[in-house]
Amino acid sequence: MTIIIPDKEIRFVIGRGIPKPADNQNTDDILPANFMKEPSFRRMGEYVYFNERFIDGKPVMSHPFNDPRYSGGKILIAGANFATGSSREHAPQGLYRFGIRGIIAEGYADIFDGNCATIGIAAVRVSREDISLLVEQIEKDSDTNIIINLLTKSVSYQRMDTGRGIPCDIPEGTRQALINGSWDVLPILQSNEERVGEVALRLPYLRFR
Amino acid sequence: MSKNTLKDKVLDLHTVCRLEDGRRQVFAGVHLVHEVTSAPAFDMLRELGLRVKYPELTYAVCDHVIPTDNSCRPFQDPQAEVLTKTLEDNVREFGINYFGPGKGQGVCHVVFSEQGLILPGMVAVCGDSHTSTYGAFGAFAFGFGTTQVSHVLATQTFAMDKELKVRRIDFNGRLEKGVVSKDTALDMIRKLGAKGGNGFAYEFGGSVVNGMEMEARMTLCNMAPEGGAKSGYINPDGETYNYLAGRRFTPSDISKAIKFWDSIGSNNDAVYDDRREIDVSNLEPMITWGTSSEQAIMVHERMPAVEDYSGKAREEVEKAYLYMGLKPGEKIYGTPVDIIFIGSCTNGRISDLRQASRILKGRKVKVRTLVVPGSESVKGEAEAEGLDKIFLEAGAEWRNPGCSMCLAMNPDKLKPGERCASTSNRNFENRQGKGGRTHLMSPYSAAAAAITGRIVDPGEYL
Repeated sequence: MTIIIPDKEIRFVIGRGIPKPADNQNTDDILPANFMKEPSFRRMGEYVYFNERFIDGKPVMSHPFNDPRYSGGKILIAGANFATGSSREHAPQGLYRFGIRGIIAEGYADIFDGNCATIGIAAVRVSREDISLLVEQIEKDSDTNIIINLLTKSVSYQRMDTGRGIPCDIPEGTRQALINGSWDVLPILQSNEERVGEVALRLPYLRFR
Repeated sequence: MSKNTLKDKVLDLHTVCRLEDGRRQVFAGVHLVHEVTSAPAFDMLRELGLRVKYPELTYAVCDHVIPTDNSCRPFQDPQAEVLTKTLEDNVREFGINYFGPGKGQGVCHVVFSEQGLILPGMVAVCGDSHTSTYGAFGAFAFGFGTTQVSHVLATQTFAMDKELKVRRIDFNGRLEKGVVSKDTALDMIRKLGAKGGNGFAYEFGGSVVNGMEMEARMTLCNMAPEGGAKSGYINPDGETYNYLAGRRFTPSDISKAIKFWDSIGSNNDAVYDDRREIDVSNLEPMITWGTSSEQAIMVHERMPAVEDYSGKAREEVEKAYLYMGLKPGEKIYGTPVDIIFIGSCTNGRISDLRQASRILKGRKVKVRTLVVPGSESVKGEAEAEGLDKIFLEAGAEWRNPGCSMCLAMNPDKLKPGERCASTSNRNFENRQGKGGRTHLMSPYSAAAAAITGRIVDPGEYL
């Protein structure tokens, strides 16, 4: 039996955008290792892009995560190979705690992609041209609401010229998990305890020792 | 999709079921934890009132924040002390096996490998991207985040977010003197790109890999994530079994195990999603010049011209040159360095230290040189062979095991503008300390840089 968690069903992410379209942004950029010395994720939202956002303790106001025009943005627009590098969940946790609920990028490093799926961030892929289109729109009007629609696998924004939206991609298992709320998967994993025990019994190497 | 590869066979063996969303629930045959990414995971367990389901399948070390010069407790850095103490409390409370100081401590991927904990055919996971190292044993191994660490602690299983494709990469030809596994890894990454492996597991093979010793294979698999591949592995063979025989956690009746291990490698009729061949015959020692692992060249080559790139790629290359303080089109050979780091989960094993010692023996270092063994066992072995004396007589620092200058989470950090010849795995901006400049290379190359104070060809000193 699947355990359904109704308030965790994520079909849409709607919010203003934060444009940061550079390629190959790495996990050390997003969440510098120094802050991983804290034993909890609680304050990670404050440390996102810290080395870029603060120089000699002073905020760099032109950084999209400091720029008041984008304040309160829920959707990050990134480039190719986003969040390459380490497995640190501190990076997506920091983004989440900063307020990010959806990411639109050309592509992701696999571990980061999996971490987003695990904590309920909708991370979708669109083409390079569509990234430029979205960035252009947000820079023109930072109040533009962007919509990630996981049901139709599309991204759109208010007053978009084309009615149909931009096609986006996301691994199908992740999409289903977000839509039906099973991304918060621990209760489901626990419910299969018996079958887990059967696997443990059939693994040859667990009997070798 | 791939068929009958080691990845497919191992994953099928460990699949509990398909969840309703289509994802696999996968059993973790062995689970490794370190202090940094496990702390919030144990907290999640505590919050939910859960115990560790299979404590005998999880093993822990402290490595990232531990100082390697003075390990007296409490540590001078209060945050490091708290994180270490948190791990110690967690392993005690939850009944986890812990390789603490005096009990085999060291860099996680060095310790768990040498203890014989990783066996062919396992699914091995850890909250650390370089978990791919264990692929050298013919395990399907990869890193993931802290929430999944908590899932494995609570259930010994996790949900696989997507199925990886398999790219078979054959390394053929003959390696020149002074050219080693690290060089082949950097060569592969520059050819296939730092994001070339996204969506793939890399299966390494070919005559060069077949001829590699286990520790060289670990270096290659360790670097797979730097090429974008979450996992890298090598089919197990006689070299694997010889390495495993007699280690602390290796099965005592190895013959029974070998029957299974022999069956788990990719079949002859395996289907791959992609195949590549890399000829290493004319490969020189590889050095990274930029801030991505793909920004690597052979030691006698010139750094690329900015004009070779366009658009966003050009901006990135220009940014890398600015950060690194280097000029396009110039030679990397002869670039002065300020500090040398020999160690890490990539190159902190005994064979790496032996390589460094061959060049340092009877010579003096020109710049500050840190030699950091990957584990207490590596340290003991090196000292029994007298390598510590070679390093100390050369003027290098001989440290205690830990991650040290790989990642700026302990006292060993670069200062702004300092240039480091490093055997670690990442050359991102600020990786080794804010404003620090990293050149990735092999232990031979790093040792040659130590005695000359410059990036040079280690072949000249062998």
